Amino acid sequence: MEKRLKAPVAPEKKIGNIIAVVLIAAVYVLLYLLDNVLPTNSVTTMLIPVLRKGAIYAMVCVSMNLLNGFTGLFSLGQAGFMLIGAYSYAIFAIPAEQHAAVYQYFEGGSIQFSIPQVLSGVLGESGGAFLGAIICLIIAGAVAAVFAALIGIPVLRLKSDYLAIATLGFAEIIRAVFQWDGLGKITNGSNLLRKYTSFSDMRVHAGDTTIKFDSMFPFLIAMLSILIIVLLVNSSYGRAFKSIRDDEIAAEAMGINLFKHKMISFVVSSFFAGVGGALLAMFQTTIQAAPFRSTMTYEILLMVVIGGIGSISGSCIAAFLYIACSEWWLRFLDSGALPIPFVDASIPVPFFRDGFRKVVFSVIIMVIVLFFSRGIMGDKELSFSGMIRKIKNRTKTAAAAAGEEDAQ
Amino acid sequence: MSEPILSIQDLQVNYGGIEAVKGISFDVPEGEIVTLIGANGAGKSSTLRAISGLVKPRSGKILCRGEDITGKNPTEIVSKGITLVPEGRRIFPDLTVKENLRVGAYLRKDDISEDMEWVFNLFPRLREREWQAGGTLSGGEQQMLAVGRALMSRPQVMMMDEPSLGLAPLIVREIFRIIEEVNKKGVTILLIEQNANMALKTAHMGYVMETGRITLSGPGKELLVNESVKAAYLGT
Repeated sequence: MEKRLKAPVAPEKKIGNIIAVVLIAAVYVLLYLLDNVLPTNSVTTMLIPVLRKGAIYAMVCVSMNLLNGFTGLFSLGQAGFMLIGAYSYAIFAIPAEQHAAVYQYFEGGSIQFSIPQVLSGVLGESGGAFLGAIICLIIAGAVAAVFAALIGIPVLRLKSDYLAIATLGFAEIIRAVFQWDGLGKITNGSNLLRKYTSFSDMRVHAGDTTIKFDSMFPFLIAMLSILIIVLLVNSSYGRAFKSIRDDEIAAEAMGINLFKHKMISFVVSSFFAGVGGALLAMFQTTIQAAPFRSTMTYEILLMVVIGGIGSISGSCIAAFLYIACSEWWLRFLDSGALPIPFVDASIPVPFFRDGFRKVVFSVIIMVIVLFFSRGIMGDKELSFSGMIRKIKNRTKTAAAAAGEEDAQ
Repeated sequence: MSEPILSIQDLQVNYGGIEAVKGISFDVPEGEIVTLIGANGAGKSSTLRAISGLVKPRSGKILCRGEDITGKNPTEIVSKGITLVPEGRRIFPDLTVKENLRVGAYLRKDDISEDMEWVFNLFPRLREREWQAGGTLSGGEQQMLAVGRALMSRPQVMMMDEPSLGLAPLIVREIFRIIEEVNKKGVTILLIEQNANMALKTAHMGYVMETGRITLSGPGKELLVNESVKAAYLGT
C-alpha cells in the first residue's frame, strides 16, 4: 500500500494499521448488532441488504479489477462466470426433499443430494449449513475457474477489444446454455432454482438463543477473497501481471511467459467471480439465468471505473456507493414524492416517477467521470498512515500560519 | 579461438510479409562488444528480435555456445543468459524503479539484493528515484533503468537495441561509458546502433547491415576509418 511513498515512517504505519483493524472490528460489531440486536425500522431494512449486496459486488469488482486493472486484459465475461458460480452453488445446496418441488418440470432433477444436508447429518444443523455453504462456494469458484481455463486457451491469445468481444460472447453463450431445456435436469432450464442454503441459514443455535450470521457471512467471505487477491497482486506474480499491463513486449523480453500469467490472472479472477455469483445466489434466495446479461458486466465495470482501474480499495468503495445509491439513497426519486427526513411525511413531486432515478444516476456518473477522470482513487490505495501523514502536515502548516498571525 | 557465445548462421527473418533479414551470419565472441550498424530498415532490430525469441526466424540457426536455440521462446532464451534492452526503452511506466528492476530478475529464484546494489552503483540516479514510477523518469534515466533491468537477469549476453535513440549527446556518452563498464565485468554485448561513430569507437567488432544483408565487417577501429562507412554513416 505504501510503495509509492518514500521511506514510510514506522509510527504512522503502526497507527494506520491499528485504525484499519479497529474499523474492520467496528464493521463486524455493526453487522452483529444489525443481525441480532437492532430493531427493524425503515433504516435497517435498507441498510442490511445494501451492506450484503455491497460486500458481494465489492469482491466481484476486485476480481474484475485483477484482470482489467492489474493485468490489462479487457475482459467482459464476469457475468458469465458469476452465472456459472451461482448455478454450481445452488444445484449442490438444494435439500433433497425439495428437489421434487424445485425441478417440478424435470421429474425432480438428476442430482438428488445436497452438500449442506449431507454434512448436517455429521455436524448438526448449523455446522452442516456453514461448512456445506463454504464447500459449495468453493465448488462454485472451482467450476467457474475450470470454464475460464478452457475458454482462456483460445481467447487469451486475443488482444484488447477482441478479447472483450470474445469474453462477452462467451458469457451470452453460457447464459443460453443454462437456460436450455436439454440440461433442465441439472439447471432447471429457464425456471428458478430456489430453497437452497441462503444467508438466513447461517445461524448458530445455542440452547434457546440463536446467533445470526446473516450479514457477517457474506462479509467474511468477501473480505477473505479480497485479501487473497491483494496478496496475489503484491506477490511476484502481481508484479508480472502489472508489467504485462504496462508493456507486453518488454515483459516478454524479460522472460515472462505472457500466456501463462494471463491464464493465472484469468482463472483466479473467474474463481472469485464464481464465488461472488454464488454469494449473490445466497443473497437473492432464488436464482435464474436471465438477469446475468451483459448489463450486469457493464454495471460491475462501471463500479471498477468509478473506483479507479488498478485500485482495490477504490473498487470496494465504489461498489458500496453504487449499490447504496441504486438500491437506497436514490429510491425516493421513483416514489413520486420527496420524503422529509425524520418526519413521516412527504411532498409530492410530479416528475419523481419510475425511471427518474436512472436519469439522476446517469448525471451523477457523468459528473464523477468528468471530475474524477481516473476514478475516485485513481490507481492509488486507501492508506490510513498516508492520511495521518497528510493531516499532520496540514496541522503543521496551519499551526505555522496561526503562529504568523499571532505574531502580527 | 574458443567457441563464440552467440553464433548466427544464415539467418532469415520475415517481418509482416517483408524479408527483413536475408541470410546473415556472424559470431559474437565471449567478452566482447559487437555492434551491428546500418540505416533504418536494414534488418538490425529484426535480427535481435529473432535472437531473443520474440519472432521466429524463417530459416537459419542461432547457436548459444554451440547449442541450438533457434525458435525457442523468450523465457528459455532469457534463462540461457541472453537478455534484450528493447528499442525505445520500454520500461514499465506504472511500476516503481525498484519494481522495474525486480521484474528484470523475474526468472531468478536466488537472492537479487547484490545485483540490485550493483545496478544502483552503476546508476546512482536510479537509487535516488527508487520509489518513483518509471514513467516519471527522464529519457536518459529511463534508458538507464532499461539497462539496469536487463542486467538484473544477470545476463551473459546483453543485446541492446538503439540505446542512444532520442537522448542528448552527453547522456549518450554516459550510456556508452556504462556499456564499457558492464562489458569489463564479463558481460558480452551485442549492440545495434544508428549512431555509428559512437558504436564503432566502443565495439571490438563491427558489422554493417544494408537491406537485410551484412555488407562489411571488421574491427570497430578499422570500420571507423573505412571510406564507404565514412561516406554512408559517419557523414565526413
